[in-house]
Amino acid sequence: MAINLKVNGVPRSVTAEPDTPLLYVLRNDFELNGAKYGCGLSQCGACTVLIDGQAVRSCVTPISALEKSEIMTIEGLGSIDKPHVLQQAFIEEQAAQCGYCTNGMIMSAKELLDRNPRPSEPDVRAALASNLCRCGTHNRIIRAVLRAAQANGRT
Amino acid sequence: MNAPVLTRRHFTGGLGALVVAFSLDPNAALAQERLPGSLQNNRKLDGWIRIDPDGTATIFTGKVELGQGILTALAQIAAEEMDLPLARVRMISGDTRQTPNEGQTAGSQSVENSGTALRMACAEARAILIDLAAQRFGVPADQMRVADGVVSTPDGRKIGYGELKPDLNREATAKATPKPPASHKIVGKSIARFDIPAKVTGGLAFVQDMRPVGMLHGRVIRPPRYGSKLDSADDTAAKAIPGVVAVVRDGSFLGVIAEREEQAIKAREALRKSAKWTLGPELPDPARIFEVIKSLPSKDATIGVKQGAMPSNARTFEAVYTKPYMSHGSIGPSCSVAEFKDGRMTVWTHSQGVFPLRTELVKVLKMPAAAIRCVHVEGSGCYGHNGADDVAADAALLARAMPGRPVRLQWMRDDEFGWEPYGPAMVMQAKAALGGDGKIADWQYEVWSNSHSTRPESTDGTNVLAGWYLAEPQKMGPPTSPPQPAGGGDRNAIPLYDFPNQRVVHHFVQDMPIRVSALRTLGAYANVFALESFMDELAAAAGADPIAFRLAHLKDPRARAVIEAVAKKAGWKDGETGDGTRGRGIGFAKYKNLACYVAVVAEVAVDRATGLVSVPQTWAAVDSGLIINPDGLTSQIEGGIVQSVSWTLKEEVRFDKDGILARDWASYPILTMPEAPKVEIELINRPNERPLGSGEGSQGPAVAAVANAFANATGKRVRDLPLNPARVKAALA
Repeated sequence: MAINLKVNGVPRSVTAEPDTPLLYVLRNDFELNGAKYGCGLSQCGACTVLIDGQAVRSCVTPISALEKSEIMTIEGLGSIDKPHVLQQAFIEEQAAQCGYCTNGMIMSAKELLDRNPRPSEPDVRAALASNLCRCGTHNRIIRAVLRAAQANGRT
Repeated sequence: MNAPVLTRRHFTGGLGALVVAFSLDPNAALAQERLPGSLQNNRKLDGWIRIDPDGTATIFTGKVELGQGILTALAQIAAEEMDLPLARVRMISGDTRQTPNEGQTAGSQSVENSGTALRMACAEARAILIDLAAQRFGVPADQMRVADGVVSTPDGRKIGYGELKPDLNREATAKATPKPPASHKIVGKSIARFDIPAKVTGGLAFVQDMRPVGMLHGRVIRPPRYGSKLDSADDTAAKAIPGVVAVVRDGSFLGVIAEREEQAIKAREALRKSAKWTLGPELPDPARIFEVIKSLPSKDATIGVKQGAMPSNARTFEAVYTKPYMSHGSIGPSCSVAEFKDGRMTVWTHSQGVFPLRTELVKVLKMPAAAIRCVHVEGSGCYGHNGADDVAADAALLARAMPGRPVRLQWMRDDEFGWEPYGPAMVMQAKAALGGDGKIADWQYEVWSNSHSTRPESTDGTNVLAGWYLAEPQKMGPPTSPPQPAGGGDRNAIPLYDFPNQRVVHHFVQDMPIRVSALRTLGAYANVFALESFMDELAAAAGADPIAFRLAHLKDPRARAVIEAVAKKAGWKDGETGDGTRGRGIGFAKYKNLACYVAVVAEVAVDRATGLVSVPQTWAAVDSGLIINPDGLTSQIEGGIVQSVSWTLKEEVRFDKDGILARDWASYPILTMPEAPKVEIELINRPNERPLGSGEGSQGPAVAAVANAFANATGKRVRDLPLNPARVKAALA
């Protein structure tokens, strides 16, 4: 059946089973690469998107629950030419090795900065506690989020 | 960096367009002069470099990007030697149709092998270009100048590389002199990685992101445990799921293909429920795993023997250390896209070695190598031999059933945890004699380990998972152990310290009760843990400070320099001891005894009530020879330390007789963001020394530093990894 969603401010429609996890619709139907399959179990955070401003695991969120929601993916934040302050900070800190977890880190950080524009380092660590990184890039990710917060404070 | 060509728009047209002719007869190399790095086996210059008419250089490397920043580092080397701006260097990597065969991207060898080859080949290409310009202008070559890909005469006549049309279809001589490090403008700079902007903006960055026209989605159904046989698989329920287009069975290999990904996942569940298996052999009792490993037949090699005088008054010590099976734990399960079209198979893969993978696909698919193309596209970090090659074979088997339709297969989380080859469990037994002078008089060390290399391109058999389960099953290739000095299970088993008497025995255990292969550092993580723990135990017995004790046994000036540098950076106080809950320790190694020197100091905090150990802070000093990219080196070293702390505090693949129990992040937890240690790093640049591999240099020193810090904090030693609450509480009881 057709389900109507609003993604990055744009109305979209998809024909899929209502229980289809949002992740697969974002990636395969809307061709948005940012959210990643990591576990399908809401354990690793690689698939994180914002739903009505909340960081949500798209791998376990059925599309049927989202027809009235605003969905934001990392593509909605910015682009290579016009990066969001968080994306810019991740580039400046070189805060990725393989980069597979990066989407989830940035989207969880976006939720954090929206509710707490000047987080402490422990705040950042706590906000990203359910986002797993395997390359050991943790300290650069934390620095990038703090850098983005500082940059926000200047504008 | 191969990924950007793989957009939907370019997918069908773009891939066949680039054809580069370079010929190679591997046998021809035998009788020839030895060339440096990977030039030895890929001797034609145009195998490495092509000068395009617009003056850009296309660089071909067999090494691939794994998130370690290698393509940026190699581009820096090429741009430096070619006198080209980085923007005019284009990298093509890991493609059986286009690039040199450099085997696996593994073992911290890419800068050493591919980097050395490119350094020499690009210096030679630059010399050829200068000669061509000199001839054209009638000016001696030594009067020509080069900048930004333009050659100019003293009187100002100029010509670009593109116009010179050099013929690089010739054997490299390695006679051109690379630039002296003092003149480097690009090498040695922290150039930002090329691949990161796409990764932070949802760009096309990974094989997981490929979406060719007409793509289908596959999934596989693996048995309950190793060696099981599929008796039957009723596919009625699976085929009733809308969108399912095929159920593929070949012996005990079972997979499903659907139009949509979620349909393939549902069909996988249906098939899993209906499949009937005759179970393979039970796994060993986990409580006895180390006894089992020691009791299995082994090939024994005695290495690193030194014989000198023995003091009569020596005191002897002995300790046994263990390391469990560990998972690569890639955040993204392995993935591949395969297309079978017009009798040809193309496989897009994040394999560490596209040529070795192709060798295995020849056997699995029974197709000639010329009809199979493997193209590297980045995946999630692998840290060694994970499911990358296996999933590529799975995808190819599925794609063969649907000619003309590309099939994307990403393993599910439990496929990756349950079926990838783990880093092997190991036992290390150390004995030493301490002389009356407080110095080690004798060192006896034995290590028992399975293979650390069951990678593709086996000499006999097939080293991809699916091959063992086909109707005509192929046997697993014989386990191998890289020889010393690099070593496998015995990597870093020979101390770098100067002991008068020494003997090291490597028990290479070939029967594998659990599937294992290469995990970052191979045996070095466990051997450095044991060796450096034992050094601290002996220092304590000698009443010596652990850093002073190490320096008293170490002549190598570069080794001494990193230990002294880290001690200074950490503010180490001679004889410092912990207070029961906090303490610090040191670990040191020269990776493989032939790559980078790394010393780490770690601080631990121990919660004696819960048994939880945390590592709030670490310091490191690194000598990696000539530094290509300081920030890239820092990133590798700090990543290695954090990953090693995760291994050390938390990680262990659990199993019982029925099978593997690690299936998700709850059953295989890793270090989280609040638990990650801070890292401060000092780089010691040595511009006149050759660049050394560094991606695996810090894990061994880090585990040793943590283990020694725990002992320093509590006065108790834990010799079995990981340092989890149960072990810690038992040690402190």
